[in-house]
Amino acid sequence: MDKPFAITLDVGSSLANKTGSWRVERPVYVDRLPPCNDACPAGENVQQWLYLAEDGSYEAAWRQIMLDNPFPAVMGRACFHPCQTACNRATVDETVGINAVERFLGDRALSEGWRPDPPGPSTGRRILVVGSGPGGLAAAYHLRRLGHEVVLHEAAPRPGGMMRYGIPAYRLPRDVVQAEIDRIVEMGVEIGYGRRVDDLQATMAAGRFDAAFVAVGAQKAHNAGIPAGDSARIVDAVSLLRDVEEHSPPALGRRVAVYGGGDTAMDAARTARRLGAEDTVVVYRRTRDRMPAHDEEVEDATDEGVRLRWLSTVKDAAGTAFTVEKMVLDETGFPRPTGQLEELRADSLILALGQEADLSLLRNMAAVTVEDGVVRVGPDMSTGHPGVFAGGDMVTGPRTLTAAIGHARHAAVAIDDYLHGTAVERPRRHGLATADRLNTWYYADAPKTVRPRLDEARRTSTFDEVVGGLDETTALFEARRCLSCGNCFGCDNCFGICPDNAVLKVDVGHGYRFDYDYCKGCGLCVQECPCAAIDMVPEEI
Amino acid sequence: MTVPVRFYQVGSFAVGNRLVPGAERTVQSDPSRTNSLTCGHRACQGCGEALGARYALDAAMRATAGRMVAVNATGCLEVFSTPYPESSWQIAWLHSLFGNAPAVATGVAAALRVKGRHDVRVVGQAGDGGTVDIGFGCLSGMFERNDDVLFICYDNQAYMNTGVQRSGATPPAARTATTETVGPEPGNPFGQGKNMPALAMAHEIPYVATATVADLHDLEAKVERAMTFHGARYLHILVPCPLGWGAAPCDTVRIARLATQTGLFPLLEAEHGEVVRVTKIRRLAPVADYLRLQGRFAHLFDGTGEPARPDIVAALQELADRTIRRYGLVDDGGRP
Repeated sequence: MDKPFAITLDVGSSLANKTGSWRVERPVYVDRLPPCNDACPAGENVQQWLYLAEDGSYEAAWRQIMLDNPFPAVMGRACFHPCQTACNRATVDETVGINAVERFLGDRALSEGWRPDPPGPSTGRRILVVGSGPGGLAAAYHLRRLGHEVVLHEAAPRPGGMMRYGIPAYRLPRDVVQAEIDRIVEMGVEIGYGRRVDDLQATMAAGRFDAAFVAVGAQKAHNAGIPAGDSARIVDAVSLLRDVEEHSPPALGRRVAVYGGGDTAMDAARTARRLGAEDTVVVYRRTRDRMPAHDEEVEDATDEGVRLRWLSTVKDAAGTAFTVEKMVLDETGFPRPTGQLEELRADSLILALGQEADLSLLRNMAAVTVEDGVVRVGPDMSTGHPGVFAGGDMVTGPRTLTAAIGHARHAAVAIDDYLHGTAVERPRRHGLATADRLNTWYYADAPKTVRPRLDEARRTSTFDEVVGGLDETTALFEARRCLSCGNCFGCDNCFGICPDNAVLKVDVGHGYRFDYDYCKGCGLCVQECPCAAIDMVPEEI
Repeated sequence: MTVPVRFYQVGSFAVGNRLVPGAERTVQSDPSRTNSLTCGHRACQGCGEALGARYALDAAMRATAGRMVAVNATGCLEVFSTPYPESSWQIAWLHSLFGNAPAVATGVAAALRVKGRHDVRVVGQAGDGGTVDIGFGCLSGMFERNDDVLFICYDNQAYMNTGVQRSGATPPAARTATTETVGPEPGNPFGQGKNMPALAMAHEIPYVATATVADLHDLEAKVERAMTFHGARYLHILVPCPLGWGAAPCDTVRIARLATQTGLFPLLEAEHGEVVRVTKIRRLAPVADYLRLQGRFAHLFDGTGEPARPDIVAALQELADRTIRRYGLVDDGGRP
């Protein structure tokens, strides 16, 4: 007995008391799908590349984008960024300027000369890609990465499709487009220009191709059927934009009317202003809120002095006099004629009433279904004809650059599966990280960085790029505004906030691990996780 | 040359931040923190006091480079941490009676002085009962003599260990075992109780501060600041009690945050009796948001969360508004 007076037991530590046995629910680390990723038509892991950019790892961030999309610099200018529309930060202050950060990364890659990872080991398979638009080029890129041989046929004399012939240079400078295309060509993609594919089946057989990805776009202007005298000058927007690109713009005159309400109408109107039109009016048969054009485009157009005329259709044309009929929307939102006619004076009329795809190259493929002028494809972009996949503007769905790039990514994976005769199981999508799950208290308050804009005066007279880029400081600031919805970003809240020290820091996985020997299951870590990356699940009893 | 970006995603709100240098992160984000109160303690799920004690003592351990003695009054914190012969404490720790922790801390400080150990600092700690009621005489004496002790009160606003009896820190209208929700003025009466930080300030001791478990950076900065002074110092930390407040264990930090954002619990620092700094309210919230989460105020609301006693809720709101005005917690000086 060498214990002090009245002491009968040895000193013990409370570590012997495994309080984990109190628990009826346990916290587990989870990944949720951030709304930006969910909304991205190209399937980019936006949250992840913002995370990488936040600490200045710009090249790693750029490589993360390149896993899904070979056009970061183009995206950062011409994408309509549905990611920002979905961004949860809107519930805190303003959405993160994802698009601006993407442009910064894309431009940094071009100035630093970063190159994509080299193509995978050769598979010996030959794949035909028809069309060098965003879809065709992105497909070629992904298929090269998978080790396939890619031959690309392009009808036009230069590559880029709508990136060159559709989107005006003031929105998408051509040197940027060319630089990102060059990177893909350098991976060993063989491109033949001026090679229109008239019969896909014959071309595939002649070239001994194992599979094909078709993305010929929608190049034909929709015909409006407006009765017009010979003297009326009417051009279609697709031709206008192409002719401007080929340095042979038509003479439009001083007063220009544009008929249509989509992005192409806005592009045509803004282009007309730059070609010298002093008065440009867009005529659209419905109202602004029903306009298919993106808000940003409409705002830019009106900022540049383009006038908008709602609820109007162009009835007929004679010389410089156009007859416009006023419309009303019926209860279903469909515009109905009123019979009230007005005269609109214009030197020329630009028609921007939609585009059609020329699908004649598929005519010998009976299994291919064409509906409403577009090809019906499965979720994997398959057309029904074995080995033939399609994407971009010629298939069902939204006609945007980013959608086409997403199609290409899906198709590349599907083609790879098809060639290997396997069906790789896709990882299941995580549940969505909705704003109500976040604990936004923890995010520092920060307004969105405003992108510098060229002077109004300057941009209506030149085709210089309108929207400026971010410098490193503002790009880093913008990246750090990301809330990292649904994905742990290492804030240490769970580690610090546990009253039972039952969260451990580890070097693997999420960087933290629960010590279930002591976790009492209070749920504080779940409640105080800023980004909803912890769930409570019932214990099995 | 680029300007360094002084914006770090979660700024100083979260525990850690991978984007800032290690020295600017909290003590709690450091895997080698002391963990003064380690695992296996018997506090309830989501205990605010266990959390607050570890926050404060780990910060004090860093500030004193580990040369520190803690004296702990009887109460929840002692009972759940040290059931004989086990202990959760990983620091030098003494247990005193319920009412005499300040006096024992004074004695420890005196003994260290006599031994010439000027490098070792002393912390006394107790719950609100041991501070504002039972230990008040000893504490007032400690303040008056300006003994070299940091005294920390973990305020959970009632005697929780013995079964949720009212203390001098229980807020008006709150239900406790001894202030039942009966009669025209249910719960704890208005106009009673003590404002302990103000009483400490009245002693004009070197440093008085308030903190909560909802703002770790603020709490750690105050502990660190307190350790730069010698003489009597007082830190009052609000620590929600899920059991006694009738709240969900996962809401401990949320409730503490709402206590500050409603203005009911002001975050302030005072030196020699003068308020020198306050932490402004960031997202002003009505008191009902705070009350509704707590069973001890359930009698003020009907089943749908609408006030059943709007008069009492308004009276509590007036208390909060007065505190906001008194300490200037909102930049325009008060609510519109």
